[in-house]
Amino acid sequence: MIAANRAAIVGIGESAIGKIEDRSALQLHSDAVHAALADAGLTLNDIDGLITNPVRVEAWNMPCGVVSSYLGIRPSYLLTLDLAGASGAAMVHHAAMAIAAGQCKTVLCVGGQNLLSNKLRAHAVKQMAESGAAHPQFEAPYGPLVASNYALIARRHMHEYGTTPEQMAEVAVTIRKHASLNPNAHKRSLITVDDVMKSPMITSPLKRYDCALVSDGACAAIITSADRARDLKQKPVYLLGQGYGLSHSYVGEYLNLTTSGAVDSGRKAFEMSGLKHSDIDVAELYDCFTITVIIELEDLGFCKKGEGGAFVQGGRIGLDGELPLTTHGGLLSAGHFGLSAGFLHVLEAVRQIRGSAGERQVKDVKTALVHGNGGTIAIHCTLILGGADAA
Amino acid sequence: MAIERIFPSPNPGTAPYWKAARQHQLSLPKCQACGKFHSYPRSQCPFCSSDKLEWTNCSGAGTIFSYTEVFRAPSKAFAADLPYIVAIVELKEGPHLMTRLVTNDNASVRIGQPVTVAFDDMDEETSLPVFKASQT
Ligand SMILES: [Zn+2]
Repeated sequence: MIAANRAAIVGIGESAIGKIEDRSALQLHSDAVHAALADAGLTLNDIDGLITNPVRVEAWNMPCGVVSSYLGIRPSYLLTLDLAGASGAAMVHHAAMAIAAGQCKTVLCVGGQNLLSNKLRAHAVKQMAESGAAHPQFEAPYGPLVASNYALIARRHMHEYGTTPEQMAEVAVTIRKHASLNPNAHKRSLITVDDVMKSPMITSPLKRYDCALVSDGACAAIITSADRARDLKQKPVYLLGQGYGLSHSYVGEYLNLTTSGAVDSGRKAFEMSGLKHSDIDVAELYDCFTITVIIELEDLGFCKKGEGGAFVQGGRIGLDGELPLTTHGGLLSAGHFGLSAGFLHVLEAVRQIRGSAGERQVKDVKTALVHGNGGTIAIHCTLILGGADAA
Repeated sequence: MAIERIFPSPNPGTAPYWKAARQHQLSLPKCQACGKFHSYPRSQCPFCSSDKLEWTNCSGAGTIFSYTEVFRAPSKAFAADLPYIVAIVELKEGPHLMTRLVTNDNASVRIGQPVTVAFDDMDEETSLPVFKASQT
């Protein structure tokens, strides 16, 4: 029995994702919002809460105000949420809290931007490297890319646990295979382990295919109470549990480079949901780099510490595997438009639970785990979602 | 046209670190309550929360905790250095620091390798701590 005030996701929508040169950041937001409203069978008049994330391509004074105003709505609850890459997953929980507190009834969560096609694109790598991922005094002067921070983690994981570049490549290959079945994915052509291994070295041991894309796009979802969801168009997907975890802020001062706050976020989400690992049908894990996925699998408890490399091999994370992973194609292949791109993982969990994921539908999905990771494996949000038959 | 390097901008919490670096000393806050050094510098100990800290010179010795060879510069400021080694060094005193490993042989870098601090004089006011393989 689902409690009346439990949060339910009742509509999802995406803009076109990829290289979308004719849409601004706000137009992409609007595209995603209208797709989500149509999916839910609602209109903007039904929305009284709005949560969004900051963008990098334009200077927005108060993103939640800018987006609401652009859409022509005046919500009674507004929030600009920034947990870096964990923002997408965390939006669901913050919407749930606002509804449970009686502050609003129906929350629109939306985010995205034209990260690839904006005219500052020539400076995108520089912007990202100077975005604060590296400490401005103690790290940035040495010239690390954002990817270098993850490369330092990957190298240490290889040293401590014997993880190999071929195992990391397996993550990229599997996630690309999933993207090939997603009509809205940015990159859909299949790749092999050999392709990954031969792709240009960016910051050793990470090669081009170990790294997330840069894309244009936006995505949105509508969240309301279970009570109201009952009369709506779609089969509701409920938030069953969530957890957060933080281990550090900057990679250079973190004493344990290979274990993340996902240990805490995962444990709390499982406890709250009352579910076990064997109950999870699909895992939509944050995949900014291939090593991220391997560490998440270990820290969330899907395998023992150090065994993530072996876990991703042998088809275990494919659509027919023991734990189908990041089934829409993730940041590595479906699209990466900044910190809201982790919200695509939430949308995919909803599709899988509804049974509407088309060619990439996994059989009999009742529950999904969604994980968001921000900073350099620093801040984590884990969600467990399920249909009415999950709880 | 000379390309601007990325300079650190000291603030009241970190100025002693950069002042010591200018004197070619690696200095970090040491907690007088629990005895631990920490980085990056804070005004309270991250281990025991005491505010009884003293800036204390470190030995400058450590080992490579992890490293990456960078092949794509984050900005023009680093293009001339490619490919270069960004490393995390574990100091003998305990804390970690991100740094640049100065070497003629990128392929020889290994986790666990002993390293010693050196200083890159960026201009008349700023010296950046970097590390070199220790002489054996
Ligand atoms: Zn202390």
